[in-house]
Amino acid sequence: MDFLQTLKIAIRALRTNKMRSFLTMLGIIIGIAAVIAMMAVGAGARHVISQQIASIGSNIILVIPGSTTSGGLRTGSGGAQTLTSDDVKAIMNECPSVEMAAPTTRSSGLVVYGNMNWSTVIMGTTPEFLAIREWGVSAGRNLEQQDNDSASKVCLLGQTVAENLFGSADPVNKIIRIKKVPFTVIGMLDRKGQSPQGQDQDDAIFVPLRTAQRNLVRTQTLNSVGAVMVKARSEELLGKAEEEIKSLLDQRHRISNGKEPDYSTRNLSEILAVAEQSSKAMSLLLGVVASISLIVGGIGIMNIMLVSVTERTREIGIRMAIGARRNDILLQFLTEAVLLTMIGGITGIILGAVGAIIVSNLLSWPTLISVESVSIAFFFSAVIGIFFGFYPARKAASLNPIDALRYE
Amino acid sequence: MSNVIALTDITRVFIMGDQQFAALKGVSFDVAPGEFVAIMGASGSGKSTCMNVLGCLDRPTSGSYLLDGVDVGGMDANQLAEIRNRKLGFVFQGFNLLARTAAVENVELPLVYAGIHAKERHAMALAAMAMVGLAGKENNHPSQLSGGQQQRVAIARALVNDPAVILADEPTGNLDSSTTEEIMNLFTALNRQGITIIMVTHEQDVASYAGRRITFKDGLIIGDTQ
Repeated sequence: MDFLQTLKIAIRALRTNKMRSFLTMLGIIIGIAAVIAMMAVGAGARHVISQQIASIGSNIILVIPGSTTSGGLRTGSGGAQTLTSDDVKAIMNECPSVEMAAPTTRSSGLVVYGNMNWSTVIMGTTPEFLAIREWGVSAGRNLEQQDNDSASKVCLLGQTVAENLFGSADPVNKIIRIKKVPFTVIGMLDRKGQSPQGQDQDDAIFVPLRTAQRNLVRTQTLNSVGAVMVKARSEELLGKAEEEIKSLLDQRHRISNGKEPDYSTRNLSEILAVAEQSSKAMSLLLGVVASISLIVGGIGIMNIMLVSVTERTREIGIRMAIGARRNDILLQFLTEAVLLTMIGGITGIILGAVGAIIVSNLLSWPTLISVESVSIAFFFSAVIGIFFGFYPARKAASLNPIDALRYE
Repeated sequence: MSNVIALTDITRVFIMGDQQFAALKGVSFDVAPGEFVAIMGASGSGKSTCMNVLGCLDRPTSGSYLLDGVDVGGMDANQLAEIRNRKLGFVFQGFNLLARTAAVENVELPLVYAGIHAKERHAMALAAMAMVGLAGKENNHPSQLSGGQQQRVAIARALVNDPAVILADEPTGNLDSSTTEEIMNLFTALNRQGITIIMVTHEQDVASYAGRRITFKDGLIIGDTQ
């Protein structure tokens, strides 16, 4: 018997019991739709995270001061002020794999313009910082080396700060007060969006490092800095750059073997790896949930196919008497089961894709429907059909024709 | 010309638990081409078991069975299915047509399993339906046909693959007397065209249409009259 005929018989059998076929498919439809929608949302999230991290730069190393103990309380990473501007200069000059290094000091405070005020993060840094972050200005000019050397009271505004202080007015050349100290706004930064941790990166003001050290941050020594952002010459040199920084700082800070260093380094590719790992774990979890629903759907199909075999015992007997081989019967019922799951699978794929698009529109959450996920879903629905259809089909094929013909 | 059917010393023993029941206790007969044979007997006489053996639906416990010169004794299930498909045509008491399937498609069914192409299949089925006087009813579903018409569809289905023998098991059991006559006249007409028919019945007047009567009792043949 040719396959087309088998398919025709299977379609007719499914159409005979439309409602039942639909309800049977529903398990697979829901399972596959869930898989597609979840994979789409998961892939979208992963895409955004990796894009955000790529926007910061994957060849960046953060050097963070170590913790300090004050009155028996350890302050946690970054609490100590063990790094200095001189360390940063040394890193730039003595580490061949390092392209740029930018020291930062971070404080927060109230910013006032006219009758408007806004609490925000004030970053003291050098022009290199914005170069490393590949962060340009949308109005006015960028920080320059001279601003730092002369510790001038100038600042760059992030978009969020500019909006809150100036509304739609042009902030350039206006005077604002940062912690009561007057600063001239020299420019406004491009919009950067959220960081991978969900912080608004545009809610910040940038001032020259030396200005911050003198006027805004209370530091133990005048030239101590917070975190240092270092850019390696290439992604491949990231590891080497990190090694060079470590040995240089160990030497400068007199940290001999076995002694705990007073600084630590992190690179963003590690953060990326962690983010990817957690999203993989999430996908795995969703996959398990989806598999369970698919298995439940598959059992539903097996159940209905068994009922169908019993109902159609006489038909099977007729077909056998007339010359159907056991394989013909087996194939017929298997085709029916696979057809059920495949139609369910295709419907589920469409439903899942529509669901993902709705989610992405409603929650403005990006979704990504990959060819991979669609083909996996399709393949799985076929496999479920074969797996759960085989037992009923074999039961049908192993019927004795005489008994089957006599079945009422 | 060799016999269409040659049964030699056929026995069939059913085992139910630790009980043995011999439905056939050594049955031998031949059927020549073109014969119309009625197999008679009370229920439990072994005639249905004999029919199942003849129809290659059941295998005898011992004895030999040559169908159209071929020994079917040692065949496996698939080979038997092929023999049923090519050499035998079945007509049942309950018609046994596929519901919700057009008459012509029912007739085509044996050809589907024989692997014949759709076009050729359809033409052969139409010819068989014309032979049983059902031209014009091709697309009716069984539920839209009378009992007599349904049995004619079944006969057309039995005929369509040009079998060596048609096996009819109580073909008129579900029909009223006038339809019974109609169907028996059709069988007679087909037999006159040279088709071999073996029919199981327990009704004398139905059996009287056949040229030869074999009577079973308790698993043995007790009468074989021309």
